[in-house]
Formats: sequence, C-alpha cells, structure tokens
Amino acid sequence: MKRPANYKNANSGPRLGIFYPLIVVVSLVGLFDALFLTVKHFRHEVVRCTVTGGCEEVLNSAYASIGPIPLAAVGLLAYFTVFSLALMICFGYARLRAHLLGLIVLMSLMTGFLMYVQAFVLKHYCQYCLLSAAVTISCLLLVIGARIQNRSSA
Amino acid sequence: MKKSSLPFVIIGAVLLISIGVSIWLFNQGPAADSNTNTSKTTPTPSGPIPPGAEPAHTKGSAAAKVTLEEFGDFQCPPCGLLHPDIKKIEAEYGDRIFFTFRNNPLSRIHQYAYDAARAAEAAGMQGKYWEMHDKLYTNQGTWSVAANPRAEFENYASLIGLNVDQFRNDMIGQMTSSRVSLDMQRATAMGVTGTPTVFLNGKQLSAEDTNAERMRVLINEALKK
Repeated sequence: MKRPANYKNANSGPRLGIFYPLIVVVSLVGLFDALFLTVKHFRHEVVRCTVTGGCEEVLNSAYASIGPIPLAAVGLLAYFTVFSLALMICFGYARLRAHLLGLIVLMSLMTGFLMYVQAFVLKHYCQYCLLSAAVTISCLLLVIGARIQNRSSA
Repeated sequence: MKKSSLPFVIIGAVLLISIGVSIWLFNQGPAADSNTNTSKTTPTPSGPIPPGAEPAHTKGSAAAKVTLEEFGDFQCPPCGLLHPDIKKIEAEYGDRIFFTFRNNPLSRIHQYAYDAARAAEAAGMQGKYWEMHDKLYTNQGTWSVAANPRAEFENYASLIGLNVDQFRNDMIGQMTSSRVSLDMQRATAMGVTGTPTVFLNGKQLSAEDTNAERMRVLINEALKK
C-alpha cells in the first residue's frame, strides 16, 4: 500500500506516548464547547452563565465576533483541526507534529489576548470561554510534554 | 480496515456527529418551550413568548385599546431617529395608548449598546428610567463615539439627579443584566431580528410603518375598532 508523503510509521520514529491521544480527547471538549456557543450565536440566543455570571457581557461584546463571524466558530474550526492533526499523529503521521504545535501556539496567544480582554476590558468572565481557555492551555502543555518526551527519547 | 484510512474515518465520524449535534441544538425550542412548535427559529407572537423584564418600562394606560411595544437599541441610529416620533405619539395619545420599551441591544454591531441598555436599567432602579432613556437617545451621537461611554453615562446620571455611586454599582449588577437578558429573550421569541421593531397590538409593523405619520394612521384605525 502506498503511504502519503507525510506518513511516518509510528514504530519507526520517536514514541508518541500518552500526550497526543490526550490532545485528541481534550480537543473534543473544546470542539463541543465552541460548537455550543456557535449555535447559540446563530440562534440569537442569550447564553447564561451558571458559575461565573458574565456570559452575556462577554458574548455580547464587540470582542465576541469578527464582523459577522462569531469567534466561537473560529474556535470550532481550530479545535476540529487540532483534533484531526493529533489523531493523525497518533496514527503515524509524525510530520504533522510541527503543524499541530504551531496551531496550538497560535491558539494559546489568542486565548491569552481573550483572557486579557475578559479580565481588564470587559471585567467579566464567561465560563464557556474559560473552559475553552483551559482546553487550549492543556493542549499547549500536552504538546510541549510530547516535544520534551520526543527529545529525550530521540 | 486499512490502518492509514482509520484516522480519516474517525475524523469523518466526528464531523458528522458535530453536524448532527449542531442541527439538534439549532432546532431546540426556546428554554421554556418543550415540543410545541417545529418552526422555532422564526417564532410568531402566537407561540409561547416569555414576558420580558417585569415590571416593564411603560407609558400610558394599561387599559388602553392600543398597545405599542418597541424593541430598541440605544446605539442604533434608526432607533435614535424614531425616538422623537415615539415622543410625539406619546404626547398626542396619552392614556389612549400603552407604550412599552424593551431592550434589544445589537452588541455585535453596536459596541456600547449593551452597556447603554444597562445604564438605562440602572437609572430605572432609582426611578428615572425614562429620563436616562431620553438622555441616551438625544446624546447618542456623543457617547457612541466616546472613548469611555461609561463616563458619559455617569455624567447623564448626575445630570438627571441620580446617586452616581449607586448607579455605577447597579450598572454592573446582576439585576440590570438580568432585565436586559429577559427583554432579549422576548425579542428572540417574537422573531425580532433588527431594531427598532415596533409591535402594534401584538402585530409587527413594517419598516415603512415605523414612523410617526404611519403609526398615527394605524393607531387611529385601531382606536376606531
């Protein structure tokens, strides 16, 4: 069977360990969180926070959309990409690791900016955004963990 | 199954599940509605409509034959243009109509609309809702472009004689947020997609009818019935 150009047998490269499978699982949490917010946006529905109490302020703010596109939809696409890349790495597409790292770093920077906006501009927190931030930071830690493991086992 | 195709199958499955969940969520009814209506994205006033914030901000007599309910956004220019028309109608008809104003801030296009709605609600907590409502509309061009609209709102609060400290606290409090949300839920349930949207005796007026001249004609017709 002919393998794609970026395919590398998992057994031939550094060990993948638990990190990438964990990214697959964690990214699904972010995916469904973003999906929930995206649907609520297009339904013009008010999202209520049960824990933090600031969903309306955050999700109705000017920072919640880029023009007509809700930021949640961008997050949905990003989490789906993270999920797909991490899954493919688990199945031996090791060369996608750099792409995954780059994407997660980009998402972490965006998360940092959005956390700053919630803390210092809006002064309100949205629990769904905090969950998304936790997912992104977890993915960042896991991808860093995977890099360290790869270096030490190489 | 070939090993190399398995991740694509899983990705496809997750994609399908996501689409399925999206469709299911999108077709969910309003929070209080269980299974009464299948065309829930464009509900009509005949369905189960949440009441909005109670007590509502009203003018005129509750026993009046004609009710007018406006869903407005303090930062929306057409709402600002409609404001003097509504004032004329209120002055002309007095207790013969029952006017209700409800918040529907379109925050995605008007950055400060939500804060403005909360400012009006915060003034309402000190019994001066309509004074702040008028200030927000008449000064729309000023605070809408201000670097710090909250400072403008506090200035208006001071001008209409509010306790500014209390106003500041109320503006970021749960009560104002909750009232705005309740109005927005009602707006969504009634199929309001833009502002200003006015309902005359529960019937949504067209954009062409949303001015003093046409509303006068329609109110007179309704009063004759």
